[in-house]
Amino acid sequence: MALPESYLQYPRRGPGMDHDFYAWSPLPNRKPIRWPQGARIALWVNLTVEHFPLDAVNKPFLPPGGLERAYPDLWNYTLHDYGNRVGVYRLYRMLEGLGLKATVAMNAAIADRYPFLVQDTARRGHEIMACGVDMNRLHHSGLAIERERESIGTSVETLRRASGQKVRGWMSPAKAESFNTLGLLREHGIDYVCDWPNDDLPYPLTGPAAGLHAMPHASELSDLWCLHQWHHTTDEFAQQIGDQFRLLHAEAAKSGGRVMSLTLHPWIAGQPHRIRPIREALAAILRHAGVWNATGAEILDAFKAQPG
Amino acid sequence: MSEAPRRAEPGLYDFVPPPKRPRITWPNGARLAFWVAPNIEFYELDPPPNAARNMWTRPNPDAMNYGWREFGNRVGVWRMIDVMAALGIRGSVSLNVAICDHHPEIVRRCLDLGWELFSHGVYNTRFVANMSEEQERAMIRDVVDTIRRASGQQVEGWLSPALYNNDRTMDLLAEHGIRYTCDLFHDDQPTPVRTKTGRMCSIPYSLEMNDILVYARQMQTPREYGRMIKAQFDQLYEEGAESGTVMCVPLHPYMVGQAHRLEPFAEALDYVARHDKVWLATGAEIARWYLDRHFDAAVAAARAPGG
Repeated sequence: MALPESYLQYPRRGPGMDHDFYAWSPLPNRKPIRWPQGARIALWVNLTVEHFPLDAVNKPFLPPGGLERAYPDLWNYTLHDYGNRVGVYRLYRMLEGLGLKATVAMNAAIADRYPFLVQDTARRGHEIMACGVDMNRLHHSGLAIERERESIGTSVETLRRASGQKVRGWMSPAKAESFNTLGLLREHGIDYVCDWPNDDLPYPLTGPAAGLHAMPHASELSDLWCLHQWHHTTDEFAQQIGDQFRLLHAEAAKSGGRVMSLTLHPWIAGQPHRIRPIREALAAILRHAGVWNATGAEILDAFKAQPG
Repeated sequence: MSEAPRRAEPGLYDFVPPPKRPRITWPNGARLAFWVAPNIEFYELDPPPNAARNMWTRPNPDAMNYGWREFGNRVGVWRMIDVMAALGIRGSVSLNVAICDHHPEIVRRCLDLGWELFSHGVYNTRFVANMSEEQERAMIRDVVDTIRRASGQQVEGWLSPALYNNDRTMDLLAEHGIRYTCDLFHDDQPTPVRTKTGRMCSIPYSLEMNDILVYARQMQTPREYGRMIKAQFDQLYEEGAESGTVMCVPLHPYMVGQAHRLEPFAEALDYVARHDKVWLATGAEIARWYLDRHFDAAVAAARAPGG
């Protein structure tokens, strides 16, 4: 299959990025961030509460944790439901015991199916972030813009209504976007997006996404990657949480505030045998001075309030 | 269009097991030549398709996977460079040369530290598979010219993007003055590579020590990676007393430069650097030494009767 001449033509080969969604910005060039209370680390705990419909189509790709087995995949369906019934409450109790609040990404389907869970999450003081309609409705460039606009509108409005919160954050299901997603999020009053794991600090988006910020929502330091995909033990995961904190804490002393983000899924981290090492890793972090636990919206506001 | 005939053997090197090899020596009596090869890469958000390989597993734009790779340039590479600089370990950069255009400040930082730049193609989203010979030549010229313009260096080493090669690739590289390839995994020592023209050798790179393969394919923890580097080093250091060995640590800043991975990596590098019979070298320094002092003897050993 011969390649056309255009295979060796590079229209975006020049200074900066190869797209217009944000500007190139190496971390050492940033102005030092000052977090509230003089904190070095903004500790951002993220939970992801998802609904995987039993009639999954898995198109255009299988979302991580998706229903990969033959229909009806009760194994995976009920495992996710375990997270939404039991695991999420085990994590809420753990967080409350540590005095931590979290940002909870939710599919709108959670609000339709389990309105109590949405209201209770808000009542407990956690921030709710929109995560599409459900895990069967992925955002991708094969989706007509009108369909995607409708999905985003449904997701955001459903969660705003159910939670009573503004719902300022967005994570696409499986962190998958189309070329239109960022612009459409802005249309729907979203302030920050979590799909691009390219930084340890917030940064502004540009072009059609101007006004939005990207937030450093952890992909690598997540139970999904470390425990589910890579089969590390929970102790090994906890060790990495501690190692990440130590490095960021030291870096912040020299270079300004950092965000430490940790992502947990109730169907993974919410299993009984996993709670203790994760709780101990978080407790060890909280014994350090200079840790500010905040939600995504609070971190964003503090970032935007930095003197220019 | 009929496909080109396939060969049953690459035909790039000879079978010369350790008992038949001339002894390799390194400068100052070192037993082991240690080099670190960071892959500094640019992945395009919307690259053109190639029937042999497409980078992204999701439709363009694959925000998640693109963002993950880009972490290397925005964040990881700066941390990785600081760790290496603090230990006095120079990098031999496997460079997607479009980095010279997109992010020249990364290249400048590497050059300020005296690092080598070698070729990792133009972008990590363009592969030589399915290129015509003319296209492949044009791509090689682009790489050689871009590195010369950005650094004044004459590129000596080559690692193909995603390690894709055509049957003619090594001949074309030798023709363009490339002296070493990193795409062959047949040995722990340099070996001659058979090309139509020029003198080219293989310098051991590594699949086993490659951070992306250790973390994401073997799914090991950062601390296990540190232990693996030390274990690999201990064995090759011991064997190097008989005949000099090479150890490479191939890196990807978007992997090793994550905050939770830096500390165990730095500790392993420090362990290596503390040994006295280690030559902390670049890929080109190892290749030049080998080509000047050992290449001819290795070719002769391969031709010796009774093989």
